[in-house]
Amino acid sequence: MRNPEMFISLIKIVVVLVIMLTAVAYIVLLERRLAAAIQNRIGPNRVGWQGFLQPLADVLKLVLKEDIVPKSANKFIHDLAPVISISVALTTFAVVPFGDHITLFGQNIKLQIASVNVGILYILALTSLGVYGVTLSGWASNNKYSLLGGLRSSAQMISYELAMGLSIIGVVMLAGSLELDKIVQAQAGWKWNIFLQPIGFITFVVAAFAETNRLPFDLPEAEPELVAGYHTEYSGLKFGLFYLSEYANMLTSCAIITTLFLGGWQLPFLDGLGLPDFWLSLFHVGAFCLKVGVVLLFFIVIRWTIPRFRYDQLMNLGWKVMLPLTIANLLATGFVILLFE
Amino acid sequence: MNFYDTIFYFFAFVTLVSAAIVVFSKNIIYSAFSLLFTFFGVAGIYVLLNADFIAVAQLLIYVGGILVLLLFGVMLTNKVVSVEMKTGTLQTIPASIIVAMTAGALCGVFYMTDWKIVRSVPQMTTTANSLGEMFMTTYLLPFEVASVVLLVALVGAAMIARRDRAIQNLKPKI
Repeated sequence: MRNPEMFISLIKIVVVLVIMLTAVAYIVLLERRLAAAIQNRIGPNRVGWQGFLQPLADVLKLVLKEDIVPKSANKFIHDLAPVISISVALTTFAVVPFGDHITLFGQNIKLQIASVNVGILYILALTSLGVYGVTLSGWASNNKYSLLGGLRSSAQMISYELAMGLSIIGVVMLAGSLELDKIVQAQAGWKWNIFLQPIGFITFVVAAFAETNRLPFDLPEAEPELVAGYHTEYSGLKFGLFYLSEYANMLTSCAIITTLFLGGWQLPFLDGLGLPDFWLSLFHVGAFCLKVGVVLLFFIVIRWTIPRFRYDQLMNLGWKVMLPLTIANLLATGFVILLFE
Repeated sequence: MNFYDTIFYFFAFVTLVSAAIVVFSKNIIYSAFSLLFTFFGVAGIYVLLNADFIAVAQLLIYVGGILVLLLFGVMLTNKVVSVEMKTGTLQTIPASIIVAMTAGALCGVFYMTDWKIVRSVPQMTTTANSLGEMFMTTYLLPFEVASVVLLVALVGAAMIARRDRAIQNLKPKI
């Protein structure tokens, strides 16, 4: 191989993709089992031990189903929309650092796919692209429920993007960098941003719920009003792609929340133990996965415990509560930094 | 042709072809949609020029904001697919004169300008930092003026869109 760096990058991409897709499959199972537990049911436990092969059965079922495109739909855009959704959901993960460095086969490997100078802006730009998958699928299906779902979702995503961006700026001010690995390094020890930026954390998590279309903000697919919202007219593997991208988005949001507010791969007091480098790196990755898992559980439990917002409540919350709160947080952070540094 | 050139030509090709579709397509939704790829191609060229901040800002503002609103407008118009788009030729002689004049002016500027040519590609550095500093020091006034202009435009747009309601509120309630 002439270019070892490119080779390493390719390997990292493949490994992260495989882990992500597997994780997404098991998040679906986890969600179904947890939902069942919360609703006092049993849930899927027949396929394999405790339902562990259920995700495989689901995928097989989706692949074997007929792909139906409505007669009056715009076929090209109808086909393209789920692809946009899934590619946006998967590419966002590229800038998330899931560990520090690891030495494997004599190579010092950075545990992040792409260290982009403007990491945070890259995330914001890609999440703003996520609107297209939903909007275009809603329009291309030529179905009024789909169109309404698509429009709702784009209005919701555009509104909450602002609050999301503003709540990140506090974190950026504290770290003094837009790069995600620098932000993680700035949170060494117990200087996690969740303690330094509590308001920013809360607004960011709420905005993340809205951006991933999760309950209590899942108006784009509100079943009682819109059948299934933007993916009403999708079946088979294309529906599967939408499903996959919803959970991939959720996983990526949890990873970003961990990176920005929960210290990323940092584990306090680990450096003092004097572990060999290799094990230290593994512990870092483990800490990252553990934190992401906790945030994921939080996402799932919220979905099954809180009812859906009404549309005007959603907009009021976004523009009249979240936006002023984030701006106030920004001003306060600026003042504190000016006074104490 | 090295790797760098290949990527440049790829993005240039994407930009030009999609821009041509924007102009020549008879279906308005395809025009709006291929504008997405035009913006993408331009953003890719920005990245190649090591202007990472501008590339991301391009995606954030044009693709994530403006184009979504544009698509909104297009999707909510009646009979989107069968809209009569006039792409025939009208007023051939005056149009060709104006096009020739514009092209001449552009070519003149292109050849007369003393372009600043960088022989080697500079190392990737953080552009956001220096950009932010310049906005807050050297270019503070233009920056503030631009933001005030945008604010005025926003208030004006809201005012025009809600004119009926505003007039009703002004009427004395009997």
